[in-house]
Amino acid sequence: MGQFKVLKSLVVDSLDTITKGSLKYHLWMGFLTIVILIGMYCYSIQLDEGLSVTGMNDRVSWGLYISNFTFLVGVAAAAVMLVMPTYILKDIDFKQAVLIGEGLAVAALIMCIAFVIADMGGPAVLWHMIPGIGVFNFPNSMLAWDVIVLNVYLFINISIPFYILFRHYQGKEAKKNVYLPGAILSVFWAVAIHLVTAFLYQGLQARPFWNNALLGPRFLASAFAAGPALIILVLAIIKRFTEFKVEEKTIKKIAMIVTVAAQINLIMLISELFKEFYAPTHHSESAYYLFFGLHGKTALLPWIWTAITLNVIATAMLTFNKLRNNLNVLYLCCIMLFVAIWIEKGFGLIVPGFIPGPYGKIVEYLPTGIEVGVTLGIWALGAFIFTILAKTAIGIELGKLRYKRK
Amino acid sequence: MSENKKWYSLDLGLNKKKGSSGSCGCGKAEGGCNSHKEELSAEEFYEAAINASIGEERHKDGFEQVFDVKMDRRTAFKKLTASLLIGAGAVSTSCSLTTSGDAKEKAQIDWEEQFKGNYKLMTDDEKKKTVDRLMRSYELRTGKNISMTAENAAEDVLFGYAFNISKCQGYMDCVSACVAENNQDRNSEMQYIRIHEMKDGEGFKFDKADDNYYHEVPAEGHFYMGTQCFHCDDPPCVDVCPVQATWKEEDGLVVIDYDWCIGCRYCMAACPYDGRRFNWSKPEVPENEVNKNQHYLGNRMRKKGVMEKCTFCVQRTRKGKNPACVEACPTGARIFGNLLDPNSSIRWVLENKKVFRLKEDLGTEPKFWYFMD
Ligand code: SF4
Ligand code: SF4
Repeated sequence: MGQFKVLKSLVVDSLDTITKGSLKYHLWMGFLTIVILIGMYCYSIQLDEGLSVTGMNDRVSWGLYISNFTFLVGVAAAAVMLVMPTYILKDIDFKQAVLIGEGLAVAALIMCIAFVIADMGGPAVLWHMIPGIGVFNFPNSMLAWDVIVLNVYLFINISIPFYILFRHYQGKEAKKNVYLPGAILSVFWAVAIHLVTAFLYQGLQARPFWNNALLGPRFLASAFAAGPALIILVLAIIKRFTEFKVEEKTIKKIAMIVTVAAQINLIMLISELFKEFYAPTHHSESAYYLFFGLHGKTALLPWIWTAITLNVIATAMLTFNKLRNNLNVLYLCCIMLFVAIWIEKGFGLIVPGFIPGPYGKIVEYLPTGIEVGVTLGIWALGAFIFTILAKTAIGIELGKLRYKRK
Repeated sequence: MSENKKWYSLDLGLNKKKGSSGSCGCGKAEGGCNSHKEELSAEEFYEAAINASIGEERHKDGFEQVFDVKMDRRTAFKKLTASLLIGAGAVSTSCSLTTSGDAKEKAQIDWEEQFKGNYKLMTDDEKKKTVDRLMRSYELRTGKNISMTAENAAEDVLFGYAFNISKCQGYMDCVSACVAENNQDRNSEMQYIRIHEMKDGEGFKFDKADDNYYHEVPAEGHFYMGTQCFHCDDPPCVDVCPVQATWKEEDGLVVIDYDWCIGCRYCMAACPYDGRRFNWSKPEVPENEVNKNQHYLGNRMRKKGVMEKCTFCVQRTRKGKNPACVEACPTGARIFGNLLDPNSSIRWVLENKKVFRLKEDLGTEPKFWYFMD
């Protein structure tokens, strides 16, 4: 029963930490709460009137929600890039970054699940999807695979950091033979969640834009650029606002990962563009729509060209050691990459899949205010969860939070 | 799949082996193929493995029995937890003692409907119960009676459809008949059938065709072609559904259990033929226009947030009638029938006309052919 006591005290202590903080902290959390509330209000309208309040329709039946879901799966998978060297290669530098990375993965996964639920027409019958009491179309449906894979990944990413922090909280070292197998598993699992999510789209013969063997690998490459880029930014913020020590060496190592992934991503982009535009077929129409517009319909042009410009500039700058090693330039590059990949892997991937439709009809998609509100609300929810997790973790790691035996 | 083909191909039953095809991996869909333990296919093997590990539980999947069934404590607990999680609202109404008899019965029905199982896995008895409940619920709500059936597929029937491009003049009588027959949402003007108006001399240019015209037909220099759900024999929409809310029946109809669908719209993305329609808002049909002859899998009233599509008018065709579109077409461009019956007109078309299907390269094997005079 001793463990329970410790657990109880941990919960009490962490509640204590997350409710106390500087004025800036309170302002930040208050701001997030307001955005979440607005999001919930928008969602209640959607629940009441149906998905017709969104910009989606029978022709473009997935939009902003699924785009964000796709992108966030990538962010979640990227935590692995930090897990691998820390736990397995015994690279000490990463050790602190990894707790942050896994916290980020947890927040991203919760956002993923929230986006999927927001997208569903019948959230009241969600239980049809729960294995055991519902009916699962297991080996056939990639969505069923995705549900399983994401939930297991969420479990892994909650339990490993929890175990480590729980030990540290008691002032003990975490036992390696306990968490190492889990860490190795999560490495494979991260690749799995990403591939499975890519297969979700890749497996549809109806949509030539997605039905493309490069989709999965490109997902991985872009995720391993965008995810660690986000981690660098988060570490920069943490470094600035807390006493948590993040060494410059760590950030630079992560920057290396970002660079390589961004370069590979760019190569694959070129290969994709070549295939679509060297010998264009009917199947290239979606790509034409995305990059050049089709029959005067050009809604995505400004977005995709912003993304490509940012992507190319950031990758080029990161490639030069001199620029990359300048932290301010690095942060800028990370922001650029993150935005670029959010556009590219978000609605730059999902929306053109539906345009032109199965019979060549072009109906453009624009998210409505309500859709944007729900989306922002979910992002705020993710940030809220991450802040709580990070604050507790930092408290424990700094030794401020310790179990006191009475 | 008698020969060693690398892709799926439509079997017109000329060498049909009983019980080997069909979408019922569950082992108990139509007609209960409960125990053929010899020669396990991959799917059956998976099934057997699951049965071995969770056994009993599996057969009770999906709350397929409703509340008046004997439950052991574990199942009861499971149901209770789920109910508490999801049905808090329903609980409060159905438990309150002050509501009147009718309201209570209604709440009871709503409750049972909320937690019933997947139609595909129901026994005939359970099917009948849910149909009865739905009819009673309609009566309680509107004071009017409807007739709803849960008729299963008949033996040795495989429905198919043929469309004569030379005959179609674009009148769209089929579209209106379909909307009326199938109780489609009038607000969003949902239509299962699309008629594409194409220019003579340009061939089948769907991308240049107009599927939303408002002028006198037949328009000079144009020809017409209709599309709808093609009831693919290897339907990608069925494979992708995460909860098996859509499936292929024994008579080849691809159907949806509107009450089991969670509205993820994955099937819509997977359909290469623009065959599916989604209820983006609450569908509405004026009370006096409701078609009261309904089938559970067909034209019964839908709710918001679920998928629907052409069912080849299952409520009519399983009674031996033609679909509404075939009956309404003034030109005789539409032909429907049983592909397994050598004397049917659809077989005559397939054997005597140069027929083709759309996007055959995708391997979906639609049961919908086009031909010209
Ligand atoms: S036409 Fe589309 S909806 Fe109909 S069975 Fe084929 S894939 Fe499914
Ligand atoms: S929308 Fe409904 S029928 Fe279609 S895949 Fe999702 S749950 Fe299945």
